[in-house]
Amino acid sequence: MNTTHYPTLTTQQIIEKRTFCVLVDNEPGVLARIAGMFSGRGYNIESLTVSETEHEKHLSRITIVTSGTANVLNQIEAQLDRLVPVHKVVNLTSKAAIERELALVKVAQQGETKGEHRMEALRLAAAFGAKTVDATLTSFIFELAGPSDDVERFINLMAAIGLVEVSRTGVAAIARGAEGL
Amino acid sequence: MTETMTGAEMVVRAMQDHDVDTLFGYPGGAVLPIYDALFQQNSVQHILVRHEQGAVHSAEGYARSSGKVGVVLVTSGPGATNAVTGLTDALMDSIPIVCFTGQVPTHLIGSDAFQECDTVGITRHCTKHNYLVKRIEDLPRIIHEAFYVARSGRPGPVVIDIPKDIQFQRGTYTGPGEVQHKSYRPKMEGDRRAIERAVDLMLKAKRPVFYTGGGVINAGPEASKTLRELVRLTGFPVTSTLMGLGAYPANDPLWLGMLGMHGTYEANLAMHGCDVMINIGARFDDRITGRLDAFSPGSRKIHVDIDPSSINKNVKVEVGIIGDAGNVLKEMLEIFKAKKRAEQAEEIRPWWKEINSWRARNSLSYQRSKDVIKPQYAVERLYALTKNRKTYVTTEVGQHQMWAAQHFHFDEPNRWMTSGGLGTMGYGLPAAIGVQLAHPDALVIDIAGEASILMNMQEMSTAAQYRLPVKIFILNNEYMGMVRQWQELLHGGRYSESYSSALPDFVKLAEAYHAKGIRCGDPAELDAAIHDMIDYPGPVIFDCLVAKEENCLPMIPSGKAHNEMILPDFAGEIGDIIDSKGKQLV
Ligand SMILES: Cc1cc2nc3c(=O)[nH]c(=O)nc-3n(C[C@H](O)[C@H](O)[C@H](O)COP(=O)(O)OP(=O)(O)OC[C@H]3O[C@@H](n4cnc5c(N)ncnc54)[C@H](O)[C@@H]3O)c2cc1C
Ligand SMILES: Cc1ncc(C[n+]2csc(CCOP(=O)(O)OP(=O)(O)O)c2C)c(N)n1
Ligand SMILES: [Mg+2]
Repeated sequence: MNTTHYPTLTTQQIIEKRTFCVLVDNEPGVLARIAGMFSGRGYNIESLTVSETEHEKHLSRITIVTSGTANVLNQIEAQLDRLVPVHKVVNLTSKAAIERELALVKVAQQGETKGEHRMEALRLAAAFGAKTVDATLTSFIFELAGPSDDVERFINLMAAIGLVEVSRTGVAAIARGAEGL
Repeated sequence: MTETMTGAEMVVRAMQDHDVDTLFGYPGGAVLPIYDALFQQNSVQHILVRHEQGAVHSAEGYARSSGKVGVVLVTSGPGATNAVTGLTDALMDSIPIVCFTGQVPTHLIGSDAFQECDTVGITRHCTKHNYLVKRIEDLPRIIHEAFYVARSGRPGPVVIDIPKDIQFQRGTYTGPGEVQHKSYRPKMEGDRRAIERAVDLMLKAKRPVFYTGGGVINAGPEASKTLRELVRLTGFPVTSTLMGLGAYPANDPLWLGMLGMHGTYEANLAMHGCDVMINIGARFDDRITGRLDAFSPGSRKIHVDIDPSSINKNVKVEVGIIGDAGNVLKEMLEIFKAKKRAEQAEEIRPWWKEINSWRARNSLSYQRSKDVIKPQYAVERLYALTKNRKTYVTTEVGQHQMWAAQHFHFDEPNRWMTSGGLGTMGYGLPAAIGVQLAHPDALVIDIAGEASILMNMQEMSTAAQYRLPVKIFILNNEYMGMVRQWQELLHGGRYSESYSSALPDFVKLAEAYHAKGIRCGDPAELDAAIHDMIDYPGPVIFDCLVAKEENCLPMIPSGKAHNEMILPDFAGEIGDIIDSKGKQLV
């Protein structure tokens, strides 16, 4: 018996993640317009990065990681595309793109923790290929660039050792192969 | 073509270059330079409204009835915030508007200066696009872009916020010809292969229906013509949304009437039972679909829309065609002509038989009365007595709006102006003013409710000042009837705050506004009174006293499917129809 008036979320409606690359005119307010479209229509933003890519052409590139059902994700793409300053929207997930983010991770000696933890932190950093960009007698700052999953795992491990603070850039992404946008 | 002039002069010059003959506005400190430039020319007529919301609705009426862009000028702060409802209305109903707002000088922006507000911030979500002009060099390009954006693709409102210092600065003006927008290029031509697939579906249909909408009106009068040709060639039944009325003539045998919440039984059942649905420029709004999981369950759907985000937004379709309705209809017509099968007329005959049996239910009928004017009767008579004239109708929002849609029949596009998407009470009078300015010789009637009309009543002054003979026909039921009806349906008849108490005497009010007032409450005198209204050469407020507790039927209650309509011959208590889940919907 279906007692609701709109279709209920069934198991077929799987929540997926999708990364969009949006090429926009670098005009004032363009970021507010895009972020506002997401909040106004109730869409999720998991990560958003923006920066000017071609100064002479006044173009900026926005990379957005979002999640939703396939229908919602297609609607997000169409809604992005109809914004007036948007030149192009590309679904990077469908193009098996390279996705990377950078994290700065501060780890410090917590109370009784001893040198053992310091060694462990360095060992893990080496295993992940993180760079040590700052060190004091009681702390480190690691720089790790990689897929979000790796960054996530690294941060979780560091939590056990004495994580103080994390700063992440959000995802930058680019499609594989010779072709440009 | 370049010339040096001030920013304010550029605004006026650009209006002239875009063939703007009428501008709706209200002055204030932050737009005085533009008002000064307007003072020194004659080609753009400025219409002084009495409230900035009225300015935008007037521009909407002007735009919708003429196919041109409506233009508005308001001051900073309260001028801009007063315009917000109108802008939102235009966004929801896809009406092309360019709205100039004054702003405090650039060096004061962000300092909470007198009459400063973040206009671009506030209007970002209720415009198709907006601009804050920070350099005089950008002004001409921005204005030309704004006109282009407002009218192209899916039309909508555009705001240009101009700080006062920019209005005084001198710069070089370039004409519209030299400007092309960097990124915005709506797709006008439909994909040929998709159109062919659509026609193939149409050719196989046994139970087809055309479902047309405001997009056909947006596409211009040519599109309505092509629609007529295509519908007649196919012999398929056709229905339309509230926004699309007039695109297909209501006096035609293939016409099923409006569909949706207050649409006809035959239109809604045809939508429910069809095997191929051809949506041209309609957006599967919730007033149409009702309960989504029960919406036209057995049909294969074709959707033509200029906005890619409209396709598959609410309802999944099999063939989506992105393009201008006029262009796509032309191609459909051409392909259908080439492939037409004569046998199909026979194949769809059983479908027509079924539709005719639904028609026979006569879902727009109502209990007639000799003692009291039924609101449906009033609209019927208004239609009968004006149909041989060039008549334009606007409405406010409520039951009267639906009765107007049901009982006033439109045979031409652009004759019907109503607030559909936002449902803005107070739309009708200012819109009628805009329509009258675009069509000085036409008969323009605002079919109103006694509650709605008070929301922008001040615009009577505007009508008086410019001698605009608009006719305000109030279906006065002394209730916010639509609210009362929902309270009867959903809340046990507890009429919380929906009675129109302390109403003004509308006849005296008309006189106070230098207009004619007419009151009529007797069905026997109605025709004569309507004639009086039509024959009077100036503005009229007609206070038509109608049955107070009439319900607007038929109705698909919220949360129900198309085949669960309440018809006028329903005998039970309407308060028992909707369950608790349905009550949560709007
Ligand atoms: C009290 C009340 C009751 C209502 N009851 C009903 C009801 O019973 N029935 C009903 O129909 N409505 C009703 N409405 C109106 C309803 O809310 C919607 O406004 C209306 O149904 C939308 O009409 P539409 O689908 O034609 O879309 P519109 O809002 O007119 O949108 C037009 C669509 O066409 C597209 N388009 C624009 N230009 C073009 C072009 N050139 N070519 C192709 N496509 C184009 C747009 O992208 C958009 O998708 C009611 C409103 C109120 C206030
Ligand atoms: C600005 C605004 N406020 C509130 C509403 C909610 N509303 C919809 S219809 C209606 C009642 C309208 O009453 P009236 O103008 O008398 O029309 P009737 O339904 O009686 O014909 C109200 C309050 C609205 N649509 N717009
Ligand atoms: Mg009323």
